[in-house]
Amino acid sequence: MAVSREAMALGLTPGLTLADARARVPGLVAMDRDRTADRAWLELMADFCDRYTPLVALDEPGGVLLDITGCAHLFGGERALQDDLQARCIKAGMDVRTAIAATPDTARAIARFTIGKTQAIIPTGQEAETVATLPIAALGIDRDIDLALNHAGLATIGDLAARPRTPLAARFGTGLITKLARVLGEEDISIVPRRPLPPCTVERRFGEPIGRQEDVLATIEHLIEQAARMLEKRGEGGKSFEASLFRTDGAVRRLRVETSLPTRAGKPIMRLFRERIDTLADPLDPGFGYDLLRLSVGACAPFQQAQTSLDGHEMADEDVAALIDQLGTRYGKQAVLRFVGAQTHIPERAAYEVPAKDYPDHRLTHTQSIAMPDLEWAAPEPGEPPNLPVHMFEHPQRIEALAEIPDGPPLKFRWRRVLHEVARAEGPQRIAPEWWRSEDAGLTRDYYRVEDTKGRRFWVFREGLYSRETEHPGWFVHGLFA
Amino acid sequence: MSQAIHQLRRQLETLAPSQTYGLKHGQVGFGVSEIDAHLGGGLGLAMLHETYAAETADMASSSGFAASFMQRIAGRDRRKKRPVVWIRQTMSESETGRLYPHGLAGLGFDPANLIFVRVRQPIHFLSAGLEAVRCTSLAGVIIEAWGAPKELDLTATRRLALAAEKSGVTPFLLRAATDEQPSAAFTRWQVASAPSRALEANAPGHPTFDITLLRNKAGTHGQSWRVEWHHDLGQFQLSKPEWNRVQSVRPRLGKPAPGKPLSGRVVSVPARQPVAASGSPTASPFKRTG
Repeated sequence: MAVSREAMALGLTPGLTLADARARVPGLVAMDRDRTADRAWLELMADFCDRYTPLVALDEPGGVLLDITGCAHLFGGERALQDDLQARCIKAGMDVRTAIAATPDTARAIARFTIGKTQAIIPTGQEAETVATLPIAALGIDRDIDLALNHAGLATIGDLAARPRTPLAARFGTGLITKLARVLGEEDISIVPRRPLPPCTVERRFGEPIGRQEDVLATIEHLIEQAARMLEKRGEGGKSFEASLFRTDGAVRRLRVETSLPTRAGKPIMRLFRERIDTLADPLDPGFGYDLLRLSVGACAPFQQAQTSLDGHEMADEDVAALIDQLGTRYGKQAVLRFVGAQTHIPERAAYEVPAKDYPDHRLTHTQSIAMPDLEWAAPEPGEPPNLPVHMFEHPQRIEALAEIPDGPPLKFRWRRVLHEVARAEGPQRIAPEWWRSEDAGLTRDYYRVEDTKGRRFWVFREGLYSRETEHPGWFVHGLFA
Repeated sequence: MSQAIHQLRRQLETLAPSQTYGLKHGQVGFGVSEIDAHLGGGLGLAMLHETYAAETADMASSSGFAASFMQRIAGRDRRKKRPVVWIRQTMSESETGRLYPHGLAGLGFDPANLIFVRVRQPIHFLSAGLEAVRCTSLAGVIIEAWGAPKELDLTATRRLALAAEKSGVTPFLLRAATDEQPSAAFTRWQVASAPSRALEANAPGHPTFDITLLRNKAGTHGQSWRVEWHHDLGQFQLSKPEWNRVQSVRPRLGKPAPGKPLSGRVVSVPARQPVAASGSPTASPFKRTG
């Protein structure tokens, strides 16, 4: 059982059973634990802590680990950072305990198990003395080991640290010894951050929070310029840009845009950000304003300054890429597509769509694997009409047809309740199923190009060969010719 | 051999500059002197043109017509083909199927040159279309509209036309499942499928369209032509009426020898039910299936 501040004042302690607690305080209000909500809140906390350092890790239950190496001076030292964090949390109505120490385990043990103090900074070298008085549970070990050690008369970390370690390891495993070494500050590990560290980050803090969208956009633009200078030194461009807006009350909003080519040009990126804000399902709510804006640039890649050739071709490619990015930002990457051909005879698999944004990469791998990119879209022989339809149904549509057996073209057929009399026909073009792909690859299809008396051209097929594969083959319309 | 001639023809076409008739961005003709003369050279570039599918079933033809014409526009620049953006609504896709790139290639339209945009709402295809038309590096934009969404009104089309004039991009608005709607299009065409000129063995021939000029800001309208699209020549051709005689469609049957009963049997059976084992004497090898 966990308890609130008020309950604590009544003498209840965490870990008490509900029945006992009820016996002591009859009017107790108890609620079921909601792990999802706890987790969500902790994630929010971690988001909020992103303002101090990009290296944030969750320490469940109810804890967050921050690696503030090299960040503290930005806030005026460790003490000031801690005060700021504490003040903000209290403002948000939370009870927090914080500790700063050289290793994450030490800080964790002190924050969680020190009684009475809500704030602590442990100078380097004093870890061992500070944690000596803490109970063994502060090591973060299994309950069984904790109990066993207690039965053996070892109540505090200090007791344990005074013992020779080899017998301990032999009895309780090396896990205990490692934990002990970490809490005592003898061994340091780095935390595993929740979000990967972006290769390039710039940020801007405000003394007075800003709230107007124009100000936010202007700041983002400024940050992009700053990031562009950093990228320029490295000769790189970014393909994904994320702006994190930190609200004064701790909420964090992230806006993300992606481009198809590595870039560091401010204007196109800004246009994408504007687009993103315009298409947000829930508009930006500045609340009482943002006091920190951060821009992270991801997916950096070598960037070549396009040489503007005299005829402006390079410019044209960039223009089109910008259009693709913009439409992609607005309608989603899956809405802006390009076609890629595939080496198969099955018509519906002979072409597929890829997001236009990924097309250049895709094309590169595609042409490398298949040595004949030019044959990707073969036009029919001169003098021949197109042999494939311009529109194709994703799922062939069943028709009722009257046809000559065994393999004549249909004479008439009914599709969508309309009867079509066939005036011209060509076929069959026999397409065998790809039996090597799966057991039930389907039946052989005989395709016919047919034209009805009104001049409409269809691509129909009969599924299955008479008597060899089926007695009653079905007929389908698969495509429409121009 | 014919391949070489075909290539030479294409080269010739690109060498001869397109004639301008006082239009800012020039014109592209059909390659049919009669139609081009009527239009004073062809369809104006950087102007909004509209096609109406005569019936819903003519949408494939309307697409094919637009793709063919767009291919003439995109193929003008011999140095580098400029891409074409094609915007469709999911609604059109469920009605007439998806755009099939191999089929476009069959019309001579290079799918590698195509950026395809799929949107759900009418308001979206309009804004996407407008955005695309503003991008100066495109050859053209094909916008397919289903029915008569209220967003697609005179103002919206005027906006498209103005953006096109500014950027030099030629937009085609493809409409289906609606009557004529007011718009700012420079020309408006009705497109219907037409019987093609049969090839050997009565095979369907080249894509053939009945096109009717419904509206023409620069001249008279109401004319109709029947044109064929030849992907190898990269141009349209007038279809002659005698080509379109419908032949009887029983090439494989032939006449039965006199006195002999026909082989097979003619029975109309419901789909997926066995044929009754009756040795009917008057029979032909046709069967209702599917």
